[in-house]
Amino acid sequence: MASQAPPHVGPDGRGLFDRILSFVAALRGAGVNATQSEAIDAFRVVQHVDLADRPVVREALGAVLVTSQADRRTFDELFDLWFPIRLGGGDGHALDADLVDDEGEVDHDAFVEALVDALMDGDEAALRRMARQAVDAFGRVEGRNGQPSWFSYRVRRNLDPRTLMDTLLSARDATDDSPMAQRLLRDEYESRLRDFQAEVDAEVRRRAAERQGVEDVARRTVRPAIEDVDFFRMSAAEAAELRTQIQPLARKLASRTQVKRTRGRDGRLDVRRTVRRSLSTGGVPFDPAFRPRRPHKPELFVITDVSGSVASFARFTLMLVHALQEQFAKVRSFAFIDNLDEVTRLFDGRDFDEAIRRLTSEADLVWLDGHSDYGRALEVFHREHARDVTAKSTVLVLGDARNNYRASSSWVVKDLAHRARKVYWLNPEARTYWGTGDSITREYEPWVDEMVEVRNLGQLADFIQELT
Amino acid sequence: MSEFTSIVDVRDRLTDVGYLPDAAIETVVYLAERLGKPVLVEGPAGVGKTELAKAVAAARGADLVRLQCYEGLDEAKALYEWNYSKQLLRIQAGGEAAAWDDLHDDIFGEEYLLERPLLRALRADRPTVLLIDEVDKVDFEFEALLLEILSDFAVTIPEFGTVEGTRRPFVLLTSNNTRELSEALKRRALYLNLDYPSLERETAIVLSRVPEAPQALVDQLVRIVRSLRQLDLRKPPSISETLDWTRTLLALGLDAVDDTVLSTTMTVALKYSQDVDKAMEHLKVPPRPEMN
Repeated sequence: MASQAPPHVGPDGRGLFDRILSFVAALRGAGVNATQSEAIDAFRVVQHVDLADRPVVREALGAVLVTSQADRRTFDELFDLWFPIRLGGGDGHALDADLVDDEGEVDHDAFVEALVDALMDGDEAALRRMARQAVDAFGRVEGRNGQPSWFSYRVRRNLDPRTLMDTLLSARDATDDSPMAQRLLRDEYESRLRDFQAEVDAEVRRRAAERQGVEDVARRTVRPAIEDVDFFRMSAAEAAELRTQIQPLARKLASRTQVKRTRGRDGRLDVRRTVRRSLSTGGVPFDPAFRPRRPHKPELFVITDVSGSVASFARFTLMLVHALQEQFAKVRSFAFIDNLDEVTRLFDGRDFDEAIRRLTSEADLVWLDGHSDYGRALEVFHREHARDVTAKSTVLVLGDARNNYRASSSWVVKDLAHRARKVYWLNPEARTYWGTGDSITREYEPWVDEMVEVRNLGQLADFIQELT
Repeated sequence: MSEFTSIVDVRDRLTDVGYLPDAAIETVVYLAERLGKPVLVEGPAGVGKTELAKAVAAARGADLVRLQCYEGLDEAKALYEWNYSKQLLRIQAGGEAAAWDDLHDDIFGEEYLLERPLLRALRADRPTVLLIDEVDKVDFEFEALLLEILSDFAVTIPEFGTVEGTRRPFVLLTSNNTRELSEALKRRALYLNLDYPSLERETAIVLSRVPEAPQALVDQLVRIVRSLRQLDLRKPPSISETLDWTRTLLALGLDAVDDTVLSTTMTVALKYSQDVDKAMEHLKVPPRPEMN
């Protein structure tokens, strides 16, 4: 292996230079903000590492080109395309002899058996090898022009993860195992199956890249970064990732809504520090010290639509509410469908899933039919809570303003805007749909300080960035 | 025992001092040495960020200077401060005769300067590892000061002149990611994300830290902890929790984990009661009767 030139470096080393340049360009295209100085660093680091050692090259480039964990996933996927683990493959002769029958056809049962063995052993190299062969054996489709292509879904259809799991679990005599041991075994197999699936996907991408060029494949197959994923089209894994990303944003949002701490001589005299300072001038207090003013605590009122039409958005906004409440005492949250109820207590220092469960069982959100009614919800808010909204408060309304053709009661928003420091409306719908159908954004928009489109994390971050 | 000469050298020397690096760690540490850049280590609490700095210091035979960050940390605590009371004493002891110019030069001399961690790391004669711990806790203003120091490795003290580092310290910054650090700071540093280790690596780490633990017990514990990390917990268990748990079980004289052991000692690994409940449910351990 060591004597062979690594596949990603041309004979003159010039190949590497171009590779890195186009790799950096692809990273930028995928939303990773790699700057010029980082690109230069990329050239510096590769001089210090053994180019034949692919994992080291990966880590070295990762260290200079990536500045957050969210970008690292994109980096890894693109790295696999630009610096592939090997070239070629897919010519049909790559299968082990014991996986094919006498006519040279793939022996499905033998293949499953070999795969199950590899999964039980958990040997990474063996699994990678099986993934490659699985793509050869099951993923191939003959194109019209005689060029084959490969698809992961075909592999998945032939090697169904659920069936594999059952086979794995029954392959082991688990009768004397405690429930805990069985659970651990299951978790272990699950993670190996996920690894296997990821290897299959990577292999399919690699082959496609070889046929069609890396740029093309990169554009089509690299998933968008978590900041760009639409709240309405989010997978479970992405939702989990969102949870970790939302925490810092919530902190930022809360600190942006508070009045900036002003340094300066407007606080009370700090006697201790003044005396201490006076020591340097022989006991004469030339330079009095003052206590900084206490920053006023942010007061945030969050009013959230949690009806069915915005269910996936609601999950996100509730995450935001939860994160906000975890860090700041003076956040009050309200949820509504066609009735509004205060839910602050449900999110106070509790587990998020638990809070959601209690939200559906304990909060009084439905009055008539369980379709959102902004007008009634706002009126209830006004009647019961509006007097708590002061010039120090910021009000955030989260919802699509699709009101099922009911009254808007926009005077409440107008009144709130009058009482509060700021009123913002975050709308999960694309701006082009505002005001169409039963959307009554037009009736609220004139009264709020700003109505912004927030369909993904990136837009939320932008919104928070602009708050001052 | 000074600079690292190759990636393998990094691996061997870190392993010798009891820190088991993975490919990312050894590569980044080596590159930091070669390029003279700081390393920004991010990751959940308890995966060995601070330990890495200690291990690098031990492996290079260097002194470790640690700056623990917190909200409100300022120059006087991090960089330098004049020893006011001593200056005052000097003035009073000088008597009438002392010429002001002499006195002035004197009281702003070396003797009256209180070194804080950053200055100490800069002026050290011996090889030094500077650990700036939990840099995400500092205020924005202080981050700017750090930027200046990390790019020039020099500090200007008005009464004293510019202090330039005799040799560049090996700088490690750690962050728990409670807030986004400024892009500028991130760009100055090599980025290293430390996540939970692989099954094999975690087992090896526990065995090297708690050598008296039986292999079977460690295997079982590491598997349990890994399984718990997939859950949506408020505070998922880290390597440090795995280590604590192993030591606890050893102290109790246990060498295998069953349901009873699990329900009585789970609190070592998990810090919140709702996390414990979730974990118990996940592992299908029947709740203890007296807990109901």
